[in-house]
Amino acid sequence: MTKTIPDVVCPFCGTLCDDLEVEVSDDGKTIVDVYNACAIGAEKFMHAQSKDRVKRPRMQQPDGSYKEVTYDEAVEYTAQMFAKARKPLMYGWSSTSCEAQSVGHEIAEKAGAIVDNTATVCHGTTLIAVQDVGIPSCTLGEIKNRADRILFWGCNPTHAHPRHQSRYSIFPRGFFVNKGHKNRKVIVVDPRVTDTAKMADIHFQIEQGRDYELLSALRVAVRNEPLPDTVAGIPKEKIYEAAELLKSGRFGIIFFGMGVTQTLSKNHNIDEAIMLTKDMNEFTKFSIMAMRGHYNVTGSGQVLGWQFGYPFCVDLSRGFARYNPGETTSNDLLRRGEVDAVFVLGSDPGAHFPISSVKKISQLPSVCVDPHITPTSEISKLHVPVAFVGVEVGGNCYRMDNVPIDARKVVDPPEGVLTDTEFLTRVNKRLGELMGVA
Amino acid sequence: MEGGKEKDAYTKACGIIEMDSSDLKKLGAWRNTNVRVTSKHGSVVVKAVEATQGPHPGLAYIPMGPWANSVTDPNTYSTGMPTFKGVPIEVEIAMNEKVLSSVELVQKKCRGEI
Repeated sequence: MTKTIPDVVCPFCGTLCDDLEVEVSDDGKTIVDVYNACAIGAEKFMHAQSKDRVKRPRMQQPDGSYKEVTYDEAVEYTAQMFAKARKPLMYGWSSTSCEAQSVGHEIAEKAGAIVDNTATVCHGTTLIAVQDVGIPSCTLGEIKNRADRILFWGCNPTHAHPRHQSRYSIFPRGFFVNKGHKNRKVIVVDPRVTDTAKMADIHFQIEQGRDYELLSALRVAVRNEPLPDTVAGIPKEKIYEAAELLKSGRFGIIFFGMGVTQTLSKNHNIDEAIMLTKDMNEFTKFSIMAMRGHYNVTGSGQVLGWQFGYPFCVDLSRGFARYNPGETTSNDLLRRGEVDAVFVLGSDPGAHFPISSVKKISQLPSVCVDPHITPTSEISKLHVPVAFVGVEVGGNCYRMDNVPIDARKVVDPPEGVLTDTEFLTRVNKRLGELMGVA
Repeated sequence: MEGGKEKDAYTKACGIIEMDSSDLKKLGAWRNTNVRVTSKHGSVVVKAVEATQGPHPGLAYIPMGPWANSVTDPNTYSTGMPTFKGVPIEVEIAMNEKVLSSVELVQKKCRGEI
């Protein structure tokens, strides 16, 4: 006999679907099947079961191979690394719980570290723009029940947030949009004809990197001011048509993703998108939301925000919190060689940072805390496998619209494997002993 | 991606470059040929596949991963965000070169072997 656990929260993307059903074996040790999840979410649950999973910490040897060590040795190495380092970098914090993040920040305060999360290569520029011009936002529930104009800008949720459209943005029947997608008009802006674009009423195949121009053009068009014949490869008639379509709605929402945050202009693109939202509120109700990608990256911003006042790249090396994107951000620090140790938890900079930054990590004392084998774990001096957060241990996490949700434990971790909170707590205690503070 | 980044599936999904069919023609490459992609910031061997979400002539797409990050522009212009997108590249056929796995690629690059 198997039993089914209802209302499980998916720990893959920022949509945090909370309607998964997971079938587990009678002894509660193995996952048999996952229902309602997208392919990626289901894979995450099933991967936790893989036979070749690493279950003990591994230390890199001089020849580059890895040797198994105990958790005690791993805690000692990590605490010693923090104690010796003058300016360590603590990066990641996305695939983990808010509780673990909080313990990590205690370590950071003791060690005088820089805490940066994956927003630095994701929506960091969004956070800068929000500080510049504010953000009129809402929750996903409001979008489901009210939104009849949906604008996806530089994001492809069909692939990156697979259930976003069916749960919130395009297809669901809401209280005020009771015909589902028939009540909604969808505009997609993307240089490729993405699978999201194929579902849209209007697709603007914009010239790559011309987002700022097109956003400005839309701001001009909603005011009925004159435009040049084409902007960013889009004829002006189409831009006026889109502006009218947006104005005619009762509730509009702009979702934006890496297409605007990672191209040139970066935070200025988002500034302009937020200002377009503000302009649209002259005509109808409009909101804007970042398509936060990585599980609990939003939570990391929240926890850092309420503890130190800044959402990412917080520098504690001077004993108080500083924040200066471009100076205290991971890639800048690594490229300039300003950090002397790297601690990574719940993220994979080895695969997601430019290779010049990755080379710097490989030359430094480094610890990677991650249940998976990743390019980061394979260049770090120490790899500490931990329980999968959201599968083998619960904890609080934040959805992309800043709604906190408690993740649910489904199965036990393999015997003897620590959770990241347990590992961090032990490191924190040992570091306190080494530094003579409580 | 969630199935294990050391596995072949990750290389097959991300160790690729999606190119428009007209660009493949210009290059004189068959679909699924290995190509060397070079930018001002680095070079990497990936498999050229026909665009699945095209047409987008003149534009090529490498999914997020260590292959893309071998050629992206690390300059952040004081925002903390490397310029991952819109990097000018050159593509040449490299039939006899191998697409390395994510772990091999990163380890070799870090050791300065490639």
